[in-house]
Amino acid sequence: MSSDPSVKLPKLTKVAIYAALIMLSIPAILPLLWMVSTSLKTNTQIFGSGELNLKALIPSPLETHNYPAALQNMPFLLYLRNTLLLCICSVVGAVVSSAVVAYGFAKIEFPGRNGMFAVMIATMALPGQVTMIPIFSLFRSLGWYGTYLPLIIPAFTSSAYYVFLLTQFFRTLPLEMSEAARVDGAGEWTIFQRLVLPLSKPALATCALFQFIGTWNDFLGPLLYLNDPAKYTLAYGLQQFVSHYGGFFAQLMAAATIFTIPIIILFFFAQKTFIQGISTTGGK
Amino acid sequence: MARRSNHKAKQYLTGYLFVSPWLIGFLAFTVWPFFQSIYLSFTRYNIVSPAKWVGTANYRMLLTQDELFWKSAWVTIKFAIISVPLAIVVGIALALLLNINVKGITVFRTIFYLPSIVPTVATSVLFIWILNPNIGLVNRVLEIFGIKGPAWLNTSPWAFYSLVMMSLWGVGGSMIIYLAGLKDIPVHLYEAATIDGANAIRKMRHITLPMMTPVIFFNLVMGIIGSFQYFTQAFVIAPNGGPQDSTYFYSLYLYNRAWKYLDMGYASAMAWMLFLIVIVLTGLVFRTQKKWVHYGG
Repeated sequence: MSSDPSVKLPKLTKVAIYAALIMLSIPAILPLLWMVSTSLKTNTQIFGSGELNLKALIPSPLETHNYPAALQNMPFLLYLRNTLLLCICSVVGAVVSSAVVAYGFAKIEFPGRNGMFAVMIATMALPGQVTMIPIFSLFRSLGWYGTYLPLIIPAFTSSAYYVFLLTQFFRTLPLEMSEAARVDGAGEWTIFQRLVLPLSKPALATCALFQFIGTWNDFLGPLLYLNDPAKYTLAYGLQQFVSHYGGFFAQLMAAATIFTIPIIILFFFAQKTFIQGISTTGGK
Repeated sequence: MARRSNHKAKQYLTGYLFVSPWLIGFLAFTVWPFFQSIYLSFTRYNIVSPAKWVGTANYRMLLTQDELFWKSAWVTIKFAIISVPLAIVVGIALALLLNINVKGITVFRTIFYLPSIVPTVATSVLFIWILNPNIGLVNRVLEIFGIKGPAWLNTSPWAFYSLVMMSLWGVGGSMIIYLAGLKDIPVHLYEAATIDGANAIRKMRHITLPMMTPVIFFNLVMGIIGSFQYFTQAFVIAPNGGPQDSTYFYSLYLYNRAWKYLDMGYASAMAWMLFLIVIVLTGLVFRTQKKWVHYGG
């Protein structure tokens, strides 16, 4: 039972492996199934504590009213619109700025480059709490409190993590092409835009995906900066929903399900991009 | 010659222009706030009126009179000590299991990974529900085995362990990193060991684990830093710190000090204490690095 791929497994070992996989899958997946299942139950089904069996997992009859009810108590479509708006702005901002910065670090030589790169990497370990209060007071004095600007503008100053990822990627691109273009008199911006960007779609997609999910999930940002319920995002809205309707489990799970499903769908569509991106994080 | 240096100067300028978005962000959102927060930590500041210098009062108060400071620091350190190693052990164990080539293994990989992409607020809400003392899923499952489950989030110390359990549920994220690390181990190492007559346990001890130590180290450091930033889950589940403050995490207390009591000078002092604790802890981990982390073949 080693991770050695060259060993053929005996039948009994295989059975043991499948048994272990199935046993361990239960705590991983059951809470999610339970979430969806609860969202499709009536209160009687939820509070009537019978014996727990497979039947308890599949609601019968199916109660679909929790979804419209949750949508009524929580302006889901408005929150969805707000969240998507923020996601799009911050994805564009973070990906474009990070790509530009990464090109500078990867392909252009200038004094202080390596030092700056090292400092940038080091900032990734700086806890956000240290800078949170002055940044808040800065944005507040600019009159940005209660607007989306504090949640969008910082994205346009690039993200150390994406810059790192893209720098690694740009360095692997063949130089001959850009040298040829340079001889032909092309500027760095042209090379970046015409040659490097089209070749970097997979890496850019990884950054875009992570930024999208990060913004979709972000709770602290909206908590600090948004004060008008009409501007709330899904993550913030769901938390507000809990504090007001904590006991309405069916509706709560319906809201949590609608909030989670898009991310899961996104995962299934972009599985490869996902896994590659995470694997590159792996500390090298 | 003049033309050449001119050309160089232009190249440097282009370089600086390309990295300027980072440079501007770095100065505005890291350097300036970094120093400003040192200053604020020596003041009384409620954001509405200007900061008032109070010397070391915040630090003295925090170290000598504020029980919650110590309590929340301890909750957080305890969380790091328990949940970080637990996540490493479980993450590696799962990665080893999922690295075996059997039919349908990709389906299982997806199943184990899925919980880690569920948005944090949704996970927290889900756990409030499944840890409900009377009708929650967890206690109903325990009932099948004749165990009467505790009141989880409503009682100390179970509330704390509920959050540990919840973080373990999301172990899939680091599991994928370990899995990638396992795939990077050259097959010829195993082949050579097989020829030398090494059994599975020896291969694990002398090849797999040593080759994984850089990834483990990375996860250990990030886990410690992450524990001190642990906020959203604690806030969604118990914004006031839970039963007997058992889930009053450091970041939660800092947030409440700053935004609930508008005690921003004090919260800045807390932020600096947090930074110092993180530096000391990661420094200690870095010092052990030479003893157990293997870099390169």
